[in-house]
Amino acid sequence: MSGKKLYGIMAEFDTPTELVDAARKVREAGYTKTDAFSPFPIHEIDEALGIRRSILPFLVFGGGVLGLLLGLGLQYYTHVIDYPIIVGGRPHFSLPAFVPPAYELTILLAAFTAVFGMLFLNGLPMPYHPVFNVPRFALASRDKFFLLIESKDPKFNYEETRKFMESLNPQEVFDVEE
Amino acid sequence: MQDIKQIRESFSPPILEGKHDFATVSDKIGDITLKRKTPFHWFVGFAIFFLIAQMLLATVTYLLLKGVGIWGNNQPVGWAFDIINFVWWIGIGHAGTLISAILLLLNQKWRTSINRFAEAMTLFAVACAGLFPLLHTGRPWLAYWLFPYPNTMGMWPQFRSPLMWDVFAVSTYATVSLLFWYVGLIPDFATLRDRAKSKVFKIIYGILSWGWRGSARHWHRYEIAYLILAGLSTPLVLSVHSIVSFDFSVSQLPGWHATIFPPYFVAGAIFAGFAMVLILAIPLRHLYNMKDFITLAHLDYMGKVMLATGLIVCYGYAMEAFFGWYSAAQYEYYMIYNRIWGGPYWWFYWLLILCNGLSIQLLWFKRFRHSEFWLFTISVIVSIGMWLERFVIIVTSLHRDFLPSSWAMYSPTIYDYSMFLGTIGFFFTLFYLFVRFVPIISIFEVRTLLPEAHVHGHHQDFEEIVNEVEIEKIDKP
Repeated sequence: MSGKKLYGIMAEFDTPTELVDAARKVREAGYTKTDAFSPFPIHEIDEALGIRRSILPFLVFGGGVLGLLLGLGLQYYTHVIDYPIIVGGRPHFSLPAFVPPAYELTILLAAFTAVFGMLFLNGLPMPYHPVFNVPRFALASRDKFFLLIESKDPKFNYEETRKFMESLNPQEVFDVEE
Repeated sequence: MQDIKQIRESFSPPILEGKHDFATVSDKIGDITLKRKTPFHWFVGFAIFFLIAQMLLATVTYLLLKGVGIWGNNQPVGWAFDIINFVWWIGIGHAGTLISAILLLLNQKWRTSINRFAEAMTLFAVACAGLFPLLHTGRPWLAYWLFPYPNTMGMWPQFRSPLMWDVFAVSTYATVSLLFWYVGLIPDFATLRDRAKSKVFKIIYGILSWGWRGSARHWHRYEIAYLILAGLSTPLVLSVHSIVSFDFSVSQLPGWHATIFPPYFVAGAIFAGFAMVLILAIPLRHLYNMKDFITLAHLDYMGKVMLATGLIVCYGYAMEAFFGWYSAAQYEYYMIYNRIWGGPYWWFYWLLILCNGLSIQLLWFKRFRHSEFWLFTISVIVSIGMWLERFVIIVTSLHRDFLPSSWAMYSPTIYDYSMFLGTIGFFFTLFYLFVRFVPIISIFEVRTLLPEAHVHGHHQDFEEIVNEVEIEKIDKP
């Protein structure tokens, strides 16, 4: 502790199985402000850390519906209201011919919502984050697995939490500075 | 146990070879971009294709000065090389999306080590494809008229036209493909950021990775987003080539006006695309020693997909000919007669059957599917064949329409050829840059293929169950 504020305590593991086992123990011990870091997605960690299912799919559905309405609305406005003209003997509102553009706009807006919604909910872009202060953390994108308990967790107590983390059989335990 | 392993491997070769762990996978793929010296062959290849790309630049410059009259297009063949090349390139792109999206939804693990460069191929192919209709408009600086925006002329684009549908389909396809590719790259850019030694690369890859840190909560949303994107791209890719085929089938021209066009075009697109993926994958695995990740299994599967889609395309050829006869319509009948043996372009048709129908029959045999030489050769032949297919559809249908007084021959000029060759140079130039600066294989997804990536003692993976059942079967003959 070099006089800087403590962000949390982090433990390093070698395998995803160890990480999931440790995460489960951390949750059972009653910690809530926790996070895990891994070089690839691990499905078991969601349940172990108690991560709730994201609302992202609903946002994407909304985006898709908006795209569909926008597509149909645009074609209705241009071909029925603003500039009605008979082409090829079809009615002003020729729905079958209007399907492809509306369909493409549905997909376009849904895809935009999926990508930017995911980044927004994840709080990205975030160029600075305290976890990067741990030099070993560079390996989180290569082959190591990390578990973090934040200092703002109501159960957090430096001595106790650190001792608890060491009891989880990690490779190493680090203090993460703010 | 050893026997069982051998038997299993004889059925399906492994999709990951060599001894690898999380670290070696990350290093082996990441180091191509970061650590290893740019190999000599990269400079040679890049230089050649960059030179060829200059042909495109020169042709486009001359085209903009003179107008589309420098091409061989005439009346009645108003859609010639531009639309042939447009359809050819956009078809090639489809395999990338098929690999990244459809195979993901079908839970085909082997897609993992080829999806990155296949998606890059899609993007570059779409870029080449887009050039042709853009320049075919004659005044590309007014191409924005294609988009609906309030203007002083008080006019709107005609949404009842398939050409308008094309604008929406292709631009959506390009955008969504780019998003999909980029989302897949974010965790890999983070890996490069953390491994880069030089400050410049750390900053560049840091910006590109958006500060990705591999948090479990982030991965959770990331996987949802990735799966949804795959679910959106699947109907999208099918719609794009269907809409491209509507450009033809919605018109009245014999040879174009056929209901079989959408599925036949989509199968053809995947067929041509897999040929291009093989043309790229086979040199990549040698030049960059990626044989551990792009294994014989991948080549084998791609050969099978090519065979299956190729046979669908052949079914399309057969049906076109059958309906020409069965329709009992004079014009339809004449079109088929003219295309197959009576017209001046008859040998294009038979060359096409030779390339797309006959050559792929070799792929029934494992010997050819497991031979890089043969796969590469067949892929080149198929690429030529698919180009000929579009030539046959477009030129032979147009040059003999309803009125004999409007019949004419079509022959391309040197500018048609130089522009087409130029886009091939442009495509490979982009691909060379991609290979140099971006991880060519998805690092984080390959990590999940390793056995140690599975969490033990929690729930049994579906594949583990399948393996056990299979082993049991082999045990009790």
